[in-house]
Amino acid sequence: MKVDEIIKAQDLPIRDFDAIIIGGGGSGMRASLQLAESGLNTAVISKVFPTRSHTVSAQGGITCAIQSDDPEDDWRWHMFDTVKGSDYIGDQDAIEYMCSEGPKAVFELEHMGMPFSRTEEGRIYQRPFGGQSKDYGKGGQACRTACAADRTGHSLLHTLYQANLKAGTNFLNEWFAIDLVLNSSKEVTGVIAFEIESGEIFYIRSKATVLATGGAGRIYASTTNALINSGDGIGMALRAGLPVQDIEMWQFHPTGIYGHGTLVTEGCRGEGGYLINKDGERFMERYAPNTKDLASRDVVSRAMAQEILEGRGCGPHEDHIKLRLDHLGAEVVHKRLPGITELSKTFAHVDPAVEPIPVVPTCHYMMGGIPTNINGQVVTLKEGKDSVVNGLYAAGEVACVSVHGSNRLGGNSLLDLIVFGRAAGIYIEESLKQGSSLSPSSKEDIDQALIRLNKLNASKEGKETAELKKDMQDNMQSNFGVFRREDLMEKGIEDLGNSREAVENMYLSDKSVSFNTARIEALEMQNLFEVAEATAITANERKESRGAHARDDYPERDDDNWLKHSIYFSSTKSVSKKDVNFRPTTVQAFQPTERSY
Amino acid sequence: MNTTIPLEEVKNVTLSIYRFDPGKDKKAYMQDIEIEVPANMDLMVLDALLLAKKKETSLSFRRSCGEGVCGSDGMNINGKNGLACVTPLSEAVKRNKLVLKPMPGLPVIRDLIVDMKQFFDQLEKVKPYLITKDEAPEQERKQSPEEREELDGLYECILCGCCSTACPSFWWNPDKFLGPAALLQSWRFIADSRDQATEERLDDLDDAFSLYRCHGIMNCVSVCPKGLNPTEAISNIRKKLINRKS
Repeated sequence: MKVDEIIKAQDLPIRDFDAIIIGGGGSGMRASLQLAESGLNTAVISKVFPTRSHTVSAQGGITCAIQSDDPEDDWRWHMFDTVKGSDYIGDQDAIEYMCSEGPKAVFELEHMGMPFSRTEEGRIYQRPFGGQSKDYGKGGQACRTACAADRTGHSLLHTLYQANLKAGTNFLNEWFAIDLVLNSSKEVTGVIAFEIESGEIFYIRSKATVLATGGAGRIYASTTNALINSGDGIGMALRAGLPVQDIEMWQFHPTGIYGHGTLVTEGCRGEGGYLINKDGERFMERYAPNTKDLASRDVVSRAMAQEILEGRGCGPHEDHIKLRLDHLGAEVVHKRLPGITELSKTFAHVDPAVEPIPVVPTCHYMMGGIPTNINGQVVTLKEGKDSVVNGLYAAGEVACVSVHGSNRLGGNSLLDLIVFGRAAGIYIEESLKQGSSLSPSSKEDIDQALIRLNKLNASKEGKETAELKKDMQDNMQSNFGVFRREDLMEKGIEDLGNSREAVENMYLSDKSVSFNTARIEALEMQNLFEVAEATAITANERKESRGAHARDDYPERDDDNWLKHSIYFSSTKSVSKKDVNFRPTTVQAFQPTERSY
Repeated sequence: MNTTIPLEEVKNVTLSIYRFDPGKDKKAYMQDIEIEVPANMDLMVLDALLLAKKKETSLSFRRSCGEGVCGSDGMNINGKNGLACVTPLSEAVKRNKLVLKPMPGLPVIRDLIVDMKQFFDQLEKVKPYLITKDEAPEQERKQSPEEREELDGLYECILCGCCSTACPSFWWNPDKFLGPAALLQSWRFIADSRDQATEERLDDLDDAFSLYRCHGIMNCVSVCPKGLNPTEAISNIRKKLINRKS
């Protein structure tokens, strides 16, 4: 059965696994490693060869209280920072789990062979990152981000791939997942996927399906994200009638290379770099007198945008900021930040040891996602109450467990990946041992998951990917960026609404079978669109400013009404609220206070 | 292309691209696609390909990170292997023309996409993972900064395949000669102070083909987009093998 045909469930071949993981990035391969080592028949379905996944681009490090730099460091201080960084809508049970389990998970990576940078004592090197403190904010800057130079994501991802090879994980590399298959009880029984090279399409049936599809930064015109970051898991979940949580919360990283979007790690500022405006002023001293350039990312990005708006941007168009590193000396820059040196030379034509790097705040990370509990189980809302979706799990950037709330701290994404990829693996192993009881999906259920592919294959006219994508990206960039306000967002939502029909009925001109990237880009575009519309509607609904969500028309945080998660369903385009978890199990909850740096 | 820089002028560039769709083409052919690029900024070859794909949607190539760290878009650019996303047009375009072909020596699936199975099979043969015999400590294994420095120039490999597909020895014996990428990975683990399988790794390489088919041509070094030196890694392994015998 080939991917270019009009496909009926009755003709579709089936492949069976105990567990499948959709996505071969950090969280997916951490989950698959856990499962493969337990002897379960596990497969990773990845649309790219696993080491091409976007985790590879993470630079600066993985934040964790491993007590190398400071033997007195305490995971509870890390927890405090993360709760404060989230602007208090991170779930405290999940943050507690991540920060306390973190050291174990990081040491495991080292045991697998991850080439961490080292201290003179032979321990893992840690550097300072934004939003980090000692002693619950009272002890000054902490130094908690473990790293492998500025190639931490690359090192982590390759190490996980290596460990999976050793463990004998099945890899379905360059396979594309189209939609989830749900039975009549709305449990997930697998996914429709095809091999990109041959075009062979299958119903991949599994007792456990893990979404580990990563982010969706490509909804914006300018982003640090890879071209493959198209929110496939979010699209699949929304079309399956499942919600997304806090999807309006997008992180704009302070330092994307001007004109190209390529990421420049926060580790640059951790190593002593700082931002200057056109007057050469270190302006962060005005916005965050204590932590300056190492304030939280949302704070720094807003300050930069403000400087540019007030006419103090650099360059002939006064439209960017500069990141100074030259005062650190060539040795520090080239030794601690070799990757940044390379990227700056390639994309900005400057050697950072000599000249500052031109940077702008750039879309970087999706704090929201598919709501899960700390076992990675996807939860939906049924009559106002949390309800587990049997058979479905999510981990990493696609999930919202939620440890990042409305603003993620640097170095916490890699930790999130490995801690919750591992947690999902552990939970699935346990639950499959006790026996899985999903009822099978019917032919009609499977046909549901084939609708959008069949529509695309039958298309005879309509708009194509490039045009639809450009309109959406420009819209998101203009109307849902660092600063947001109602009139612009309403216009943006209207434009998206007007495009929906065209997106659902888009035209695929190239209907060939083998390695047809046009078909994949069309399917990805539909996923991106789901993320964009969810973001837009939810952003307009949250009438306050919190973390990365900064509204000109509602500049204050509103804890009375919005110390809540947002929950969005695409079927009704409705936003509801859900309580934030303030019930960690081993420490007292951190209560919301004014957030300053 | 992710630009907010105002575009002032455009100029035309002709891409001459290797085309082959197994579903309809009996044999491969070169297709010229003309694109407009901004005159006031230097795009990368990948940006040019993305513009070409807007005109010719059936054009297929792999791409992901767009910044030279994922290794997806290795291809043959005006006769030399490299990554499209970090090769500037100013370097690659000759007389307004740019010739793009798949990496040589591997079967072509479609257009610029090659089948990398042989490449990854060879990689797996070197057991590209840390092997330890002792039980892991509770915390990390200790490694001094000097020991860690031995891995610099090795661990950065992105598995793009530019080196092995530029290597004549790999073209002749892709099933028996492991190729520069796999051998660099082999040395990455032999050189790691934490690895405890040096002897068995050397045993696996001690035949006429796996390693010794390297003739020091050094194409691998000249094309590596990360500036790594597989030839040096191969010669380090060779020295270990010789010392072991004497």
